[in-house]
Amino acid sequence: MTIEELEQIAKSVSQENEKYDFEVNVCMDLACASQGAEKLREALVKATEASGKNVLIRRTGCMGPCSSGPLVRVDPDDILYHHVNAKHAEAIANSLGEKPVPELQCDLNDHFDKQVRVVLENAGYIDPEKIDDYIARDGYKALLTALTEMTPNGVIHRVTESGLRGRGGGGYPTGLKWGTVAKAGGDIKYVVCNGDEGDPGAFMDRSVMEGDPHRVVEGMALAAYAVGASKGFIYVRAEYPVAVARLTTALREARRRGLLGNNICNTPFNFDVEIRLGAGAFVCGEETALLASIEGKRGTPKPRPPYPAVSGLWGKPTLINNVETYANIAPIIRNGGKWFANMGSERSKGTKVFALTGKITHTGLVEVPMGIKLREIIEVIGGGVPGGHTFKAVQTGGPSGGCIPAEMLDLGVSYDALMKVGSIMGSGGMIVMDDTSCMVNVARFFIEFCMTESCGKCIPCRAGTAQMHTLLTRICSGSGTMEELDLLVQLCATIKETSLCGLGMTAPNPVLSTLKYFKNEYIEHIVHKRCPAGVCNLQAPVPNAPVEVLA
Amino acid sequence: MPAFTPPPLPSDDKRWKIVNGTMRKNGFARHALIETLHTVQSSFGYLDDDSIRFVAQSLRVPLSQAYGVVTFYHYFSLKPPGKHTLTICAGTACYIKGADKLIAAAEQKLGIPQGQTTSDGKISLMMARCVGACSRAPVGLCDGEVAGEMSGEQMLEQLERWAVE
Repeated sequence: MTIEELEQIAKSVSQENEKYDFEVNVCMDLACASQGAEKLREALVKATEASGKNVLIRRTGCMGPCSSGPLVRVDPDDILYHHVNAKHAEAIANSLGEKPVPELQCDLNDHFDKQVRVVLENAGYIDPEKIDDYIARDGYKALLTALTEMTPNGVIHRVTESGLRGRGGGGYPTGLKWGTVAKAGGDIKYVVCNGDEGDPGAFMDRSVMEGDPHRVVEGMALAAYAVGASKGFIYVRAEYPVAVARLTTALREARRRGLLGNNICNTPFNFDVEIRLGAGAFVCGEETALLASIEGKRGTPKPRPPYPAVSGLWGKPTLINNVETYANIAPIIRNGGKWFANMGSERSKGTKVFALTGKITHTGLVEVPMGIKLREIIEVIGGGVPGGHTFKAVQTGGPSGGCIPAEMLDLGVSYDALMKVGSIMGSGGMIVMDDTSCMVNVARFFIEFCMTESCGKCIPCRAGTAQMHTLLTRICSGSGTMEELDLLVQLCATIKETSLCGLGMTAPNPVLSTLKYFKNEYIEHIVHKRCPAGVCNLQAPVPNAPVEVLA
Repeated sequence: MPAFTPPPLPSDDKRWKIVNGTMRKNGFARHALIETLHTVQSSFGYLDDDSIRFVAQSLRVPLSQAYGVVTFYHYFSLKPPGKHTLTICAGTACYIKGADKLIAAAEQKLGIPQGQTTSDGKISLMMARCVGACSRAPVGLCDGEVAGEMSGEQMLEQLERWAVE
């Protein structure tokens, strides 16, 4: 495959598409699919055939506002329909070329206006199972340009220049990481994509893998070229069967087109990718645990250093990045580092995809420039809290993050700003809570999660999270004391400082952040035996003796 | 050293050939352990002693390591599933929207704690750590089929339908 051939494919796709007068795009992402998007698509095919119009029906990845699903977008007029079902197919088919169907049209301008789409630019516009659709939207152009016109160092330089930081949550500068792996000695190196989206309440990576799988593959290939690797692994959760299927198709198509394999684009560069399935362990999102899992072992972390960049998979230098990080690479190579660095804030560049969920009107995927105020995301893009309730807190970063209260909504979203207020950027889960959510109970939920997900290797995490869970359960059931609250704070500090890996080190964050901003709720539970949100049952029987944990 | 010969298939059940196929595709490499266990579970529904032993021998992995892996990862099950499975997602978004109440109601209705199967083998009640459909919380999976914004009544109706089958 050469650049000319690539352009030829792109041209033939657009010629093919021009034959049609209309394009009807049906969102087939999980949320829409669970509401009958497939039936709707079949009905649309039938209805448009019957109407005799020249229509292309395309199945696409996530369009964003999942709460309005199933979604249909009609091009070239760019009309978005919401809550569509199979019964509406005929009306839509008849409306093509005439006036849009008024009762299905939705006004989501506020939702879309503040968003900037880089990672999600293709979602909703391409069929994820067709490589040609991706190529027609400049897909694989970056890879072939890099292979023929750029040196590996040039690629790293461009990524460094962009200021891209790891989108898995840590925020480590991507260019720096690539440089370290490139400098590491040895002939065999690996690139790994972390698609083990363990944060419960987030689904950005799933949508990217399902909606635009080639973009991840292209990002990995560019990374492999830059660091000198010829083998890649994508580690995907087994809970995401559709993502696995789409990636498998994408890899097969890419091989068929000569975009993976030996001597790609007639250069000495060889690269291929294998998929590895996770098996339901949150700790496998930690890089050393993930590598152990790829090697077929229990996913327990190892002390660092040595970092995987020096000694990773089977002891070889390994580059690990998150799905969204790889998804940012192709546009950076295509448009230049400066283009990317122009978006975002001082120390956090580019855009970030968030999964907006919880007590909010428009749930779904949003992509915003870094530095945007939380208030804009929640009140404008998300449409605020529904049902006349009042906003209480927004949780970012999943079990490793924290809750941010209403008075801090004017905070600009960036790695450093979120860290400063006791939360983290995380992978992009953003869960909105209103006055019916009890913050103590939420803290207990996260600690329970960390307790069951702790791999058991180090004592602070294994025993500490269990003790924290006991204390929080006692507070939630009305038998906690103020002394126990002090003990809880002490435990938080111990676990934070002495755990082996990120899971333990960040496990106390949800407790610490709720204690910082919602201490009155803890005190209400302990002193007045009252749950302000009315969630906890304070007369529940409680275990009096602390849980025995083998340390 | 004599060349390694993989053990014979445990029985002439065709599903063992699928399992063997996964191992062959990976060149019987030790790192294919998790992949192979996934194949066993998707073919047989769960992992029993015989299958773990067979996979461990074929891949030359110590039995302790194979068993360690099976018990470490939540996705693997050592018990056969019921005829139908109700899985309630307990991710954060679902929890905020009341998944804990759904689980409690299902436990009461079926008379079993989550993670178990009713004594007649009809229904298994499971809990999932986020299936990625957070925008439609609370989410339940009825035999793997995603049902968004699940209400208590909907869930109980489904259980009722399965029970009288």
